[in-house]
Amino acid sequence: MAIAGNILILIGSLFLFLGSLGIFRMPDVYNRLQAGTKATTLGAMSLILGIGFLNNEFLVKSIVLIIFIVLTNPVSSSTIARASHKSGVPLTDKSIIDVCRDDIRKEEV
Amino acid sequence: MKNFKGFIVFLIVVALTWLLLTGTFNKDDLLIGGSALILIAILFYRYSDLYRAVKITPKIVFYYPLYLVVFLIELLKANIDVALRVVNPALPINPGIVAVKTSLKDPLSKLILANSITLTPGTLTVDVKDDTLFIHWIDVKGKDIESATKAISSKFEKILKEIVK
Repeated sequence: MAIAGNILILIGSLFLFLGSLGIFRMPDVYNRLQAGTKATTLGAMSLILGIGFLNNEFLVKSIVLIIFIVLTNPVSSSTIARASHKSGVPLTDKSIIDVCRDDIRKEEV
Repeated sequence: MKNFKGFIVFLIVVALTWLLLTGTFNKDDLLIGGSALILIAILFYRYSDLYRAVKITPKIVFYYPLYLVVFLIELLKANIDVALRVVNPALPINPGIVAVKTSLKDPLSKLILANSITLTPGTLTVDVKDDTLFIHWIDVKGKDIESATKAISSKFEKILKEIVK
């Protein structure tokens, strides 16, 4: 149990590290959010579950925490993405299509 | 009590949260907690209009675990995918925002779908308008609605249709 907990904590920290690296390396808000959301969700899940394994009285509570993180984390990222798109933050030059922007332009015309 | 199903679902959600948080099966605790739960549910169930989309059929016993398994596998794949992109020096991204149509009608169903999409490989829900979801895709493989829908949301939608309206 202790070994499994430690491995889970290690995996969690690895994904959190990769997520923060992604936030540095990605070119624009949306790609940064992509790296941020996914890596932090799994990283935090794994970390919390690892702590639950190490301390058995926290195991059930850690599962509740995981459920709340999975429910709320994507909502916040989605909201940030929506807000930045509405306020006109541009996509990186590498982007090949933006259906949403075309849509808005059509409404204005 | 016209919204009886909403009441039951609300009660189950609150009861599960409380039980998992306290983790006690002491008789006195259960008695006090249970009455408090029912009181809270009676007071607040009318605001839980959201749950009316939840289907209660025998099938859900099978489809809830299936959805969970599919979701966890996709989450793991998403993380490995993003991690590989991040550590690759060339940063292989091909991003864009595409539109996806959904046949789900209820706000709760659309919320679950959008959340699942956000946590799966290379996709992030940017906006929802009626039955169209605008999705930022890190590696665009199909620009038109049909191919994007097939690649992104069809896998979840099939299972979600069995759980919610």
